[in-house]
This record gives sequence, C-alpha cells and structure tokens, in this order.
Amino acid sequence: MSIVTVQLGQCGNQIGFEVFDALFSDSHCSQGFCSKKENEAYQASCKERFFSEEENGVPIARAVLVDMEPKVINQTLSKAAQSGRWKYGQHSCFCQKQGSGNNWAYGYSVHGPRHQESIMNLIQKEVEKCDSLSGFFIIMSMAGGTGSGLGAFITQNLQDEFSNSLRMNQIIWPYGTGEVIVQNYNSILTLSHLYRSSDALLVHENDAVHKICAKLMNIKQISFSDINQVLAHQLGSVFQPTYSAEGSSHYRRNPLEGFKEPALYTSWLKPVDAFSVWRTQRAFRRYEKSAALVSNSQFLVKPLDTIVGRAWNMFASKAYIHQYTKFGVEEEDFLDSFTLLEQIVASYCNL
Amino acid sequence: MTQSVVIQVGQCGNQIGCCFWDLALREHAAVNQKGIYDEALSSFFRNVDARVVGDGGSISKGKISSLKARAVLIDMEEGVVNEILQGPLRDVFDSKQLITNVSGSGNNWAVGHKVFGSAYQEQILEKLRKSAEHCDCLQCFFIIHSMGGGTGSGLGTFLLKVLEDEFPEVYRFVTSVYPSSEDDVITSPYNSILAMKELSEHADCVLPIDNQSLFDIISKIDLMVNSGKLGAAVKPRSLVTASAEALRKRHKKPFDAMNNIVANVLLSLTSSARFEGSLNMDLNEISMNLVPFPQLHYLVSSLTPLYTLADVNIPPRRLDQMFSDAFSKDHQLIRANPRHSLYLACALMVRGDVQISDLRRNIERLKPSLQFVSWNQEGWKTSLCSVPPVGHSHSLLALANNTCVKPTFLELRERFTRLYKKKAHLHHYLQVDGMEEGCFTEAVSSLSALIEEYDRLDATKVFLQEDLALAQRTERKEAETMKIPGR
Repeated sequence: MSIVTVQLGQCGNQIGFEVFDALFSDSHCSQGFCSKKENEAYQASCKERFFSEEENGVPIARAVLVDMEPKVINQTLSKAAQSGRWKYGQHSCFCQKQGSGNNWAYGYSVHGPRHQESIMNLIQKEVEKCDSLSGFFIIMSMAGGTGSGLGAFITQNLQDEFSNSLRMNQIIWPYGTGEVIVQNYNSILTLSHLYRSSDALLVHENDAVHKICAKLMNIKQISFSDINQVLAHQLGSVFQPTYSAEGSSHYRRNPLEGFKEPALYTSWLKPVDAFSVWRTQRAFRRYEKSAALVSNSQFLVKPLDTIVGRAWNMFASKAYIHQYTKFGVEEEDFLDSFTLLEQIVASYCNL
Repeated sequence: MTQSVVIQVGQCGNQIGCCFWDLALREHAAVNQKGIYDEALSSFFRNVDARVVGDGGSISKGKISSLKARAVLIDMEEGVVNEILQGPLRDVFDSKQLITNVSGSGNNWAVGHKVFGSAYQEQILEKLRKSAEHCDCLQCFFIIHSMGGGTGSGLGTFLLKVLEDEFPEVYRFVTSVYPSSEDDVITSPYNSILAMKELSEHADCVLPIDNQSLFDIISKIDLMVNSGKLGAAVKPRSLVTASAEALRKRHKKPFDAMNNIVANVLLSLTSSARFEGSLNMDLNEISMNLVPFPQLHYLVSSLTPLYTLADVNIPPRRLDQMFSDAFSKDHQLIRANPRHSLYLACALMVRGDVQISDLRRNIERLKPSLQFVSWNQEGWKTSLCSVPPVGHSHSLLALANNTCVKPTFLELRERFTRLYKKKAHLHHYLQVDGMEEGCFTEAVSSLSALIEEYDRLDATKVFLQEDLALAQRTERKEAETMKIPGR
C-alpha cells in the first residue's frame, strides 16, 4: 500500500525533499544490521510506499508539490534530480507566480477555490499510480499563507474526495519569537480547520528541533537545512516499514495502519494498552538501534495555549484583521477558531 | 515569479532611480554568471531583442540580448532625465517610457498635482499600461520621489490615485524623501503636507527617508575611511555609498553617495523575492506583516553594514554587531530612535551567509531593550536570502513600524503651521485651478489624525525604569565598542 505526499509552501517542499531523501538513503543503506532477505523485504516495502517505478529505473517520489510561487519548487526539483538517485515526477508540481503573502485567508479563500481542480487532478493522478492507497501525508507549516491556508483547504478536499483514506498532516509549529508576525492568526485558523478534516496531526516545533540541533548535535551555526534534516530523520524512522501484527516476517501492508489504532486517541487506557510498539530488525540509517516515539499527550497543551493566547491578544486590538476580511475570512471565523481550540485545550487538560 | 515597475518622479526621484538601476545591474551581473535571462532578472528587467525595431522584441528566455528597465521616468524639467539618457545607463531605458516637460513645477505641489496631473494623465496611463502589459505577473509599483518640491511631490502623489484606480491589485510602495529642517525650498512644508495626505490615503507602504540622516551617515563613513583608523582595511567596492561611476572618477558628490544608500534599501527589500533563500519573503508579505492598520503604513528603514572590512573571516561578533547597528539611531534613514519608541512590528531581512540560529540569537539578545506594543510582543518578521549584496558577505535591512516616525511628522506640521499662519506664499497655490484653502486644512487634519493614532499607541507604552536603564546601558556599551578600531 502507498502513501501519497502533498508538499505545500516553502516549508512543506523543503522538508518534503529531506524526508524523501532520508527514506531513500535509508532503504538503500548497505548496512542494515540484518539478513539480506530482511533487507530486501524492507526495501521493497519502502519503495512501494513512497516511490513509484520509472522506465529507466530511477524511482519517482509519490508526491505532489504545491506552491504559489516558483522559487522553492524549482530548487526542490533540481536538488532531487541532481542527486541522481531519485527524483520527483516531472508533472507533479503545481505552481503559481505570486505567493500567498503570509495570508491564511488568501491561501484558503483565493488560491484554494481558484486552483482546486488543478491540484486535485494532480493528486488523483498520483493516487492512480498506486496499486492501493493507504492515505495522504500532507506537509505544511502553520505560520505562512500557502502551507497553512491552502493546506487546510486541500485537506478538506481530500476528506471529501477520498473519505476512506487516512489524512495525516505534518505541521510545523513556528518559532515562538516570530518568523511571521501574523503567525498566530494563521496557526489558529489552520488548526481549527484541520481539526475537522485531518485524521492525525503530527507536530514538530521549530524551537524544539532547533534545541536538538544546538544541544544534542552541537551544531554551531544552525541552518534550516540542518533543522529539516533532523525532522526528516525523525519522520523517516516513523514511516519506514515495520512488522505487522502477524509477526516478524511480514511488513505491514498499510503504513498508516498504526495511526488508525483507536488507542492512540482515547483518553483513559491502562499503561500496557496505551503503548504500542512497531518493530523491525532492520536498522534505520546505519544506527544499530534506534527508536522513535510518537505520542498523543499533554505536551502540546502549553504551546497550543500560548498560540491561542497571543492570537487572542492581537485579535482583541483588531490588528491585521483588515488583511483577512479583505479575502473573506471574517471576525466570526476567528471567533469560531478560538472556541474550538479552547475546547481542545480544555479536553487535554481534563485528562 | 512576479515583476515590479519603478516609477521615478522629479529630480530626486530620478537621481535615486538612476542609482537603483546601476546597482541592480551590478547585482545581477555578479549573480548571473551565464548571461541567461532568468526569472530573477525579469523582476526588474525586460529582455529585448536589440535587432528588432519597435515594441515587439521581448524575449522571455535564453541569453540576454538587451536589458530594459521596467521603469517609467517622469520629470517636468529635462535636465536630470537628459543626463541619464546621455550617461552610461542610456541603453537601459526605453525612450518611450519617459514623460518630460521643460517648464518645471516651480516647487509648487499644486502645479505638479493639478496642472501637470490633468495635462499628463492620459500619457501617464498609457505608459503605465504598456509597462504592465510587458509583465507576466505585475506585483508592485515602486514610486520614488521627494516630498518637498513640486513635481516629485505633486505629480508623484497624483500618480498614486491613478495607480489605485487603474491597477487596484498591484501594491504601491513609495520611497519618499522628506525635506530636512535646513531645506532651502521655502515652500517644502506646504508641499510635504499636501503630499502626506495622498500618501496616507493611496499608498500601501511608505519608506520615509530624510536627507539629513543620509548626509550624517555618509559623513560618518567618510570620517572613518579617511581618518586612517580603518583606512585601507575597508574594501572600496563594498561602500554602500559607492556607485560604479564614483569609484571610477573618485567623485565626492554627496548626493551620489546618499542616493546609493536609498537604492541599496530598495534592492535589499526585493532581494528575497528575486533570489532564493531558506526563508523567503515576498513583497506582498511586507504589507501583510508590517501594516497592522491601513493608515499606519510608514516604515522606518535601516541598512547595515554600510561598509565591509577587508578581513574575510568575519567572526560572529562582527555579525552580531550588524544586528545591533540596525537598531541604533545612527543607522536609521530618518531622524528617529526606534529604541526609545514603540514598535508595532519589525522585519529583519537578512542577506548572505547568515543562518537561522544567528538570526534567533540576535533577536533574543536585542529583544529586551526594545519595546513592542502589547498586542504584538513577538512581532518579528524575518527572512533569509542566500545572495548578499555586491561587495559584502552579508547584510541586513530592518524595517520598523515604529512610533518614532512621529517626531518627523510633528516637525513637519510645526513648519507648515508657521508658514500657513502668515499665509506666506499661499497665493502661488491658490491661483492654481482646483486649489482652495480647504485643501490645506484637510491635509493638515489628515496628518493630525495620523499623529493622534501614534499618540494613542505611545500612551500604551509601559516603560519600566529598569527597561530604560538597561536600554541606556546597552547603547552606551555599543557606542564604546564602535569607537575602537578593528573591533
């Protein structure tokens, strides 16, 4: 079964590239610390999930690249092609000329409807290439305009058109001290919309990954490239094939099956039920032993609360609101978002 | 990628414009090694087949044939434009994109706005439409003018309304040179106030620039370079104030140097939209992030470094110094001290070999000494563009929406009132068709309303004594560091 990845905006595309690169380099890693047969099963499984075949043998990422301005996509395509080992499909991109201006409303209400058909067509084509579709992996940031606004719109569309497939959104939580001044507005609007249309939100905070680079990896001058690579490494280790419930000789067919487990999402469980382990013999990226933890916990309450607080503070003074109402996102939409998110925070706090 | 059109109006506007085009060409030449007409170039230049006569010669890809600036040059006197057309940039301008007259506006806003406005409206529209047609996706008009005279001020602001009506979706960024208090044009306060009303109502974003500040900056640079303290250590090509011509002739025309600083600001403003980087910032993001309320769109700019030391291995402390300088009052392009006023929003546009961790480290370091409005305590917009300006390894443009613009406006109003009370020179304006005293009173009301907005914001400042002390200590420490050569 396969996963179709949708990379949105600068962040989504920059990270998407690193993820595919990590997945590819891991699956082709000669040192798997396991038997040859094991390695081949692993490779085949990985390949099926994330790459499709091409005539001349170069694997093509099962991905659709979307951005409202061309620079990043161009860079991403050429970086992949340059590696010579894998690449993106020639016709898998959708690009416009003028970005979303960090405006969620512009991404959601203008770009969304305007380009809905084209983008959904591209996704459909990618889906048709899969023997069987497991679900979608949507990579986007919350702070900007395209990833956040258009990302929310597309996720909703995926829910309508592919209701049986899992929609997993990889969201990048921006740095606390700003990358974008209206990032809190964009974030709350994104989260409240995704809450209704996404099945799972996998969150990475820039601040947290930055700390990893600084403290654990001792990188002196940290670039976004470093950050994205750490992220990709983490994601890669979550998505690579693991054994299915039948036992250690078969890899799970459905890569996102694990995410469907209700145990991940219900509130009260005995500790033994709450923790499920997916394993494989095969080492990830030359690390003899490694573990990745995906958790649904109260960890996110504080950052979420902070963002909601700041957004509310700004909203109370009506600052920047004219930029959103210009494109059809009204004050009620903001209020709806606040209400929903406050409920979520309360639910987590009540655990 | 999108395109922008530069509209240079009046003597000042055209002189700055000229520096801008010279610098833009040099910047692209440094980056574009293969001579291919790429998307970055197309943002400000058309590629025209030099062999084809007339208008049909646009080439969208391939080798560079002949570059034409996406510019419209307007002046009601011929002197400056003629000089440009005879100078080294003559081939860059399309002769059909000029509007000139001989009589000039007599330093009279009313003549520029009402007389020439109506006389040239059709022509102006025609040239603008032509420019727009040549663009695949026109995103922004950059208007460059001065406030104190007649053409730049009057006709320049007349243009804004035309642009708003004809191209409502295209941004209007205005670079306005405000008259200094020692300005020798007596009527400059009238012209400026009348122009201000138009800027407040029809511009998306204004970058106010003060001649005096520019002059102070270049004086300091000259002092440092000539005093022998830094002397040979400064790379001559890295002087932000140096144009190619100035370097060749070793000219010491102060206006040239001053204009180059403004040209550099415009280039840095658009660098992240033209070139790649790990955190891009498009032009539409400037307005989105820095304009919290439509009227408050005046952005104070500062550019660092203004020169680069010859030492290539720049240690982190020097890099951090660049960030500190951006917030010092000596680097602001208007007379203002943003540190002592209230920030509504701040953008840091970094170019060159700087990474996200450098940016974050400096924001953390400088934040405590800056005051942000209560509803935007984390109000930073940042961008990282990989391509540095010519002659530098990195640079920083800071754009601040800060209440420190208020003193400039207050002073302007003060000078206006002194003249207006005596009705001095008023008849020159009132005798122009369409002008009446109401125009003046409305204009000054508009400015007063704007000042009131800034007053209201300032009143929310919670200025703790400790903060003030810390800010003063930080400034003193930095002033000490700057005095010692080689540090």
